[in-house]
Amino acid sequence: MNLIVFLKMVPDTVEELKIASDGKTLDPDWLRMKANENDEHAVEEAVILKEKYGGTVTLVTLDAPEVDEAIYTALAKGCDKAVKILGDWQNFTSPAIAEVFAKYLKENNLIDSKTLILTGSQATDDIEGELVYYLGEYLELPVYGVVTYVQYNENKNNILIRKEFSGGLRGEFEVELPAVLGIQAAENPPRYVPIAKIRAMMKSANIEELEFTQDFASKGIEIEKLYEPEVAGKAVMLEGNPEEIATKIVEILTDKGLI
Amino acid sequence: MNNSVIVLVEHLRGNIVDITYEMLGVGKKIAQHLNVPLLALVIGKDVSKLTPNLGLADSVLLLDDEKLEITPPQLTAKLVENVYKQKQASILLLACTNITAGVGPILARRLDLPFINFCKTFRFENGDLFLTSQLYGGKILSEVKLIDNKGIVGIYPGSFPLDAGKSDRTAPVEELEVPDFVPEPSFKKYIEPELGDIDITKENILVSVGRGIQNKDNIEIAEELAEAIGGAVSASRPVVDQGWLPLTRQVGKSGMIVKPKLYLALGISGAPEHQEGMKNSETILAINTDPKAPIFNIAHYGVVGDLFEIVPILTEKLKQRKG
Ligand SMILES: Cc1cc2nc3c(=O)[nH]c(=O)nc-3n(C[C@H](O)[C@H](O)[C@H](O)COP(=O)(O)OP(=O)(O)OC[C@H]3O[C@@H](n4cnc5c(N)ncnc54)[C@H](O)[C@@H]3O)c2cc1C
Repeated sequence: MNLIVFLKMVPDTVEELKIASDGKTLDPDWLRMKANENDEHAVEEAVILKEKYGGTVTLVTLDAPEVDEAIYTALAKGCDKAVKILGDWQNFTSPAIAEVFAKYLKENNLIDSKTLILTGSQATDDIEGELVYYLGEYLELPVYGVVTYVQYNENKNNILIRKEFSGGLRGEFEVELPAVLGIQAAENPPRYVPIAKIRAMMKSANIEELEFTQDFASKGIEIEKLYEPEVAGKAVMLEGNPEEIATKIVEILTDKGLI
Repeated sequence: MNNSVIVLVEHLRGNIVDITYEMLGVGKKIAQHLNVPLLALVIGKDVSKLTPNLGLADSVLLLDDEKLEITPPQLTAKLVENVYKQKQASILLLACTNITAGVGPILARRLDLPFINFCKTFRFENGDLFLTSQLYGGKILSEVKLIDNKGIVGIYPGSFPLDAGKSDRTAPVEELEVPDFVPEPSFKKYIEPELGDIDITKENILVSVGRGIQNKDNIEIAEELAEAIGGAVSASRPVVDQGWLPLTRQVGKSGMIVKPKLYLALGISGAPEHQEGMKNSETILAINTDPKAPIFNIAHYGVVGDLFEIVPILTEKLKQRKG
């Protein structure tokens, strides 16, 4: 299979997020970027598919802080090749990024009959909706998201996929290749790779860097303002040392008749 | 043209999903504001029986066909696109759910309209519609103005009241012709959730763990607490994706919707997809090291602290209490 994975960097939401002085963007000085979690699942699924059915995995990313580490990690996991599209992509939303990716794939004739394009089902900054569907539209290929399982049928050159609904219910679909998939969770959790292996990749692997003109890409909708939700609006915060906190919790639960 | 507001009705296996009523309630307000009718569009197989529930709409549009049981997003989008144009609609509301995921972005491209995802609140100001969305795992809200009051809006489940979307009246139903382009379904079958050892939707007390639990071995800390308190262990998605607990224990958008008497959230950030599954719990107590974790926005009691320091002591105290 010709497996192509898109990975993008997103702000790590476990960190503090500061709004920039324009009131419309996040302050880049405060951001710690990490690979979008669903995209990491897409990398894993691609590598699983390669191991099962053969082929190659090409990783494509946009330039961003910390992206090299994510690329080397993906290579260490089993991606064969990595491409980084240069430019300042901060504040580009899903439709614009999808347009860039699609243009890259089309201009380089990278899609053949055995191509499966994978990316994360969603990202936490997708205000205009999920990138994967825009990608399907720009490429005029079938697109399915929230996928948790992929099986390739070589004879029919199609895939059987499972998509999540709710309450643990899933649906099975049959899709012709080439196609685009938004991976929600890979068949197995993303594999662990030791730091040593990633370091070795940094020394040996080559990231293909690509210049790109941005003039065509729309920047998408305009955000009027960003703001933080009111934190702890109604929660009663329990304070003290762990011993005191535990005592307070027991008191509350007793008062409420929960224990 | 600005002649209607459309709600794309969400349903699954013959039942209307609650988000439909949220959307109808929102849609009604917007339609009244714009002084246009509210239309409810139902696409599916054997869905005519759902129409009596959609009385808040001024009329119901029905696309009912064998081949439309579960339609992939591009097909749904194509069907909605036709209706949107036919009815000269201005605003389309759809659900931010796994079922409808993708329809918004695809339609946005095809109709050259903005799509605003994860919408939680809205307001009108000088005739303009402003929408608030939650981004970055619920840590940041963003406000967008819908230019010319035209666009597609993805409503986040659990953001609006259900009652506002219900009505005793019956709306007239218009049966639409199913277009020729509808292909043979790519949908093959449902895969039922595997039966679990326990049913977390039936438990009174849930000790729920998130990524903050760090690894599989540490799940034991939660199990001990669950035993001492008389509850069961549930989890957020990463814990299940890592294989530390089975899918039957997952709370949230893709997992179970739970409403226990007590929900203890340990090391769970409280992302919108998680909140969707537990925000209506009677009492929520969260322990998290991050004072800005969104879980504190819905918790009744909060502790900014390390679960590994607090939980073992809590378990010990509960055991002692039991004697
Ligand atoms: C389509 C879709 C469907 C989804 N469905 C679901 C779903 O059904 N259920 C679900 O849960 N998620 C779902 N998600 C994922 C969701 O977006 C979040 O990624 C997920 O809920 C985060 O889980 P978490 O809070 O455990 O992890 P994180 O967001 O990583 O949070 C971990 C938290 O632990 C805290 N922490 C770390 N160490 C400690 C410590 N020692 N003591 C106390 N606190 C600590 C951190 O401060 C942080 O707040 C879905 C996502 C998508 C896109």
